[in-house]
Amino acid sequence: MAEILQIDRIRCNGHGLCAELLPELISLDDWGYPIIKPGNVPPSVVEHARRAVDACPVLALRLARTAALVAL
Amino acid sequence: MPTLSSSALIAELEASGLLGRGGAGFPVGRKWRAVAERAGGGAVVLANGAEGEPLSLKDRSLMAARPHLVIDGALLAARAVGANDIIFYVGSEHRTAEAALRRALAERPGDVRGRARIVAAPAGYVAGEESAAVHYVNAGDARPTTTPPRPFERGVGGRPTLVQNVESLALAALIARRGHAWYQGLGHGRARGIGLLTVSGAVNHAGVHEVELGSTLSDAAAAAGGLNGDVGAVLLGGYFGGWADLHEQWGLPLDAPSMRARGLALGCGVVHFLPSDTCGVEATSRVMTYLASQSARQCGPCVFGLSAIAGATQRLAAQSPQPGDLDRLVRWSGQVTGRGACHHPDGAAALMNSALQVFADDFAGHQHRRCLTIAEPARVAVA
Repeated sequence: MAEILQIDRIRCNGHGLCAELLPELISLDDWGYPIIKPGNVPPSVVEHARRAVDACPVLALRLARTAALVAL
Repeated sequence: MPTLSSSALIAELEASGLLGRGGAGFPVGRKWRAVAERAGGGAVVLANGAEGEPLSLKDRSLMAARPHLVIDGALLAARAVGANDIIFYVGSEHRTAEAALRRALAERPGDVRGRARIVAAPAGYVAGEESAAVHYVNAGDARPTTTPPRPFERGVGGRPTLVQNVESLALAALIARRGHAWYQGLGHGRARGIGLLTVSGAVNHAGVHEVELGSTLSDAAAAAGGLNGDVGAVLLGGYFGGWADLHEQWGLPLDAPSMRARGLALGCGVVHFLPSDTCGVEATSRVMTYLASQSARQCGPCVFGLSAIAGATQRLAAQSPQPGDLDRLVRWSGQVTGRGACHHPDGAAALMNSALQVFADDFAGHQHRRCLTIAEPARVAVA
C-alpha cells in the first residue's frame, strides 16, 4: 500500500534531522522547516523515510497510508 | 419557522446551491449532511460570528439588524444535523451584535434559551477559523488545532460540530421558509442567489450592501454610491483574498465560482477600492504586517515566513529595500503555502502573490527606491 509523509506543523520545531536523513523527499526552507515533496513515498526510499520518522525528536513526522486520506 | 424534516431541509439546501459565506465557499447542504451522518443526534451547532476580517462588517451588521433570522438558521441547522446545543460565537468587540442576539434569544421560548448560549470570541484574525473556534469553546484557547480530526468529525466536547458562518445560517433560514426555487430564482448570469458585501475605500457610501450574486464589480461600486475618485486596484475577498486590476475586472461577476475561475476569491464578500493616489506597495505592506502579527505563532513556516514577508514589504514600501528583497518575496510566498496547521499562511501568500502581479511595476520601482504613485517626492528647497 502506498504511503505518504505527513508533518504535524504545530509540533515541528525545525530540528531538520528529517531533511538530513531523507534528502530525496525533504528539503528545508529559509528558516529550517521541512518542505516535503508531494506524492507517495517511492518504495526505494521507504526505509529511509521510516528512519526519518523515528529520528524526529518531537514526533512531528509520520508515514500515513494514502487510503486513510480518502475520508478527508 | 417551517417544520421540514431533517432530510427535507438538507435536500432543500443542496438544491438551492447555497455556498458558505465565511470565506471558503463550501456548499452548505453538503456540510450539514456530513455532520448529520456522523452525529446520531449528539451534534453541536456553532454559529460563527467572530468576523475577525478587518475590512468586513457584514456578519456583525446582520447579527445586529436581523438576530432572529440568524437564530432561526441556527435552530434549523440544529434540527437538520441532530444537535441539541447551539453556540453563538460572536466577536467580543461586536458589542451591538452581541446585545441584539442576547435580546432576541430572551424573546424565544424557554426550551430554545436552554439550548443556546453566546460565547464571546477573542479578538484576532484566526479566532474565527473553525478549529480555533472549537478549541476556544473546549479549552479557552482560540488557536487552530492540527486536523484531522476536523470539527465535523470531532468538535465541541468531542462531538460532531457544524461550524457555520452566521450569514450562511440566515440564508439557510430564508431558503427553508421560501424554498430552494426562490433562491435559485435570484442572481445574474450563471450565478444563483444573494449575498452581503462590505464595500469600502474610494466610494461615496461605504458599508454593507446586499446584492444578487453575479452582480458585477461595477454594480458593487454603484450600490455603495459610486466611486468618489480615481481607482486603479481593488481588494477582493478580504485579507485572504487578493488584489485585482479594476479596469480589467470592472465587469467581473461577484460570485464564488466565476471568481475562482479567474484566480480570484469572493471570500467573505469584501470589496475595497484602493484610491489611485495610494501606493499599492504601501497598502500591501500594511496588510502583510497585520497578517504576520495575527499568526497564532504555532507553525514555523507561518511565524517566520510571514514575518519575513512583512519585513521585506515594509522595507520596499519605505523605499529602502535590501538587494534582492523582491526576489525573496516571490520565493517566500511560494514556500509558506500549504505549510501551516490552518490556512493562515496560504491566505497571506495568496494576497502577496496577487500584489506582486497587480502592482508589479510598483514593486519593481520600489526595489529601485522609486515610488510610481508619488512619482516626484516633495523636495525641500536648499538655500
